[in-house]
Amino acid sequence: MPEAASVVTLEDVTVAYGANRALRDVTSSFAAGAVGLLGPNGAGKSTMIKALLGFITPETGRMRVLGYDVAASPLAIRARVGYMPESDAHIPGMNAVSFVAYCGELAGLPRVDAMQRAHEMLFYVGLGEARYRNVETYSTGMKQRIKLAQALVHDPDLLFLDEPTNGMDPKGRDEMLELVRDLAHNKGVNLILSSHLLPDVEYTCDDVVVMDKGRIAAAGPIQAMKQPRGRVYELRVKTPTGDLEPFTGELRAAGLECHATDEDVMRVFVPGEGGAQQLFALASRARVQVRHLRPSVPTLEDVFAHAVGEE
Amino acid sequence: MPIHDQGYRRYAGTRAGTGTNWVVITRAGIRTMLAKRAFLGLLLASLAPFLFRVLQIYASANSPQLASLAPVTAETFRDYLDGFAQHLFIFFITVYVGAGLIANDRRANALQIYLSKPITRGEYIFGKLAILMAFLALVTWIPAITLLLVQVAFAGNFTFLVNNAYLFPAITIYAFLEILMAASTMLALSSLSNSSRYVAVLYAVLLFFTQAIYGVMYAVTRSSSFSWMSLSASLSQMSSVIFRQPLRYETPWPVSLLVIVGAIAVSALVLERRVRGVEVVA
Repeated sequence: MPEAASVVTLEDVTVAYGANRALRDVTSSFAAGAVGLLGPNGAGKSTMIKALLGFITPETGRMRVLGYDVAASPLAIRARVGYMPESDAHIPGMNAVSFVAYCGELAGLPRVDAMQRAHEMLFYVGLGEARYRNVETYSTGMKQRIKLAQALVHDPDLLFLDEPTNGMDPKGRDEMLELVRDLAHNKGVNLILSSHLLPDVEYTCDDVVVMDKGRIAAAGPIQAMKQPRGRVYELRVKTPTGDLEPFTGELRAAGLECHATDEDVMRVFVPGEGGAQQLFALASRARVQVRHLRPSVPTLEDVFAHAVGEE
Repeated sequence: MPIHDQGYRRYAGTRAGTGTNWVVITRAGIRTMLAKRAFLGLLLASLAPFLFRVLQIYASANSPQLASLAPVTAETFRDYLDGFAQHLFIFFITVYVGAGLIANDRRANALQIYLSKPITRGEYIFGKLAILMAFLALVTWIPAITLLLVQVAFAGNFTFLVNNAYLFPAITIYAFLEILMAASTMLALSSLSNSSRYVAVLYAVLLFFTQAIYGVMYAVTRSSSFSWMSLSASLSQMSSVIFRQPLRYETPWPVSLLVIVGAIAVSALVLERRVRGVEVVA
């Protein structure tokens, strides 16, 4: 049985839907543990997961999951991975425990074991009391949980979670993230969490792969990516005209990165050793009053924005 | 420390190999259908033609007058399988069981759940097909074979069976052809829509429309050589060939067979295109 340090590798993978290329020559690897697959909608995250599951055949390139070649051994891969799809998905006409047990049997578990694990998984995801209800009567949050339960029932070595917190209320979302974190950090399940929500990835994952427009924009351990190669400041200013645009233009012209956070506070990334002094100098030259300046730690949001070139 | 931790545990038990997962799908599908009272009622009602034929065989074996009125011959078995009442029940069972087989999975996005497990598209299709084929066999092949045994039991000898030795393979081949055509056509239609009701209407339209076209052609030309246009008539033509009876239509039987094989092949093509883990709209 092949094993690998990276649970997933892609080499020059291109996937196209007709003329639209959803993945463009993607080469990347996903380390064991919890890896976030981050990117805006339409970046190609779900396409990548579907290609890794063998749902879509790439035009070019090679993919390996848990050491198996996706083109050659899709069934061996699917026996060892769990998939929580983004959209609502269930087997119609079944109650929760029958549905999860059925998924266990489909994954190769004996009937008795599948039923036993179905009960355990439903308790684990917090649906223990609702396990005899028909899945079609479940709320959106409950449907998300049962999708996780069906993905876990056969004890996969690798989990693909596609937007697992979609449509959940804040409490449910926190609980779902707690489950994902527990799986990755306490239960030894490798997982790839696809999301466009930075806090979800930052809370649950150790590594991140940032995608944009079908390409890998950045990849690596989250902590390392957050290490500043300069300094980040929260800055609030008052301009003579009330218009911030000329000042942010000057900052950018000086090689600084500006990201607006809310109404009047901006995050400014100052590369190199210039630091606050450079900011004050630029403000003075532009006759702008600095009302608030505080050093800040770069967040994953900064990394993401930098990677996808957002302003 | 809790007495029993209800958290996540790793699984250390055995796992089945790949290639037999269609059995899981078929078993679950059959169990789901048998849990429906209305369907059980339909299954029981579909035994009516069978019971009528049992009475006929009993009367024929025990009363020489009745035997001359309604003798039991090879044609009796053909008429049982190719009779109107039998076709009606086959239609209802095909629609009841088959319309939602894939359509409901499409509506609930279940295909990506199925295909994310170690199961091929072929296994999924075969598993679904087997559900419908099992129930259709229950109202065609099994009662027809049982009738053959009933004849032997009531006659008290094997003379009829020996003289008509071809009946067992004939019943088997015709029932298989009929079941496969109905099941594959219905499954293909079921993969085309998310609504089982719409699929049921489509299936009815397909059967009755092809029959109606043939009816119109017959009315215009007064010739039954256009029977190949109707799926039911093509099947009926094949029943005459398989049971060694005079042909009902002027259409050459290889043409009728070709129509049936064509319908099955088109269904297979449709299923190949429609049963996918992801719907690609290029």
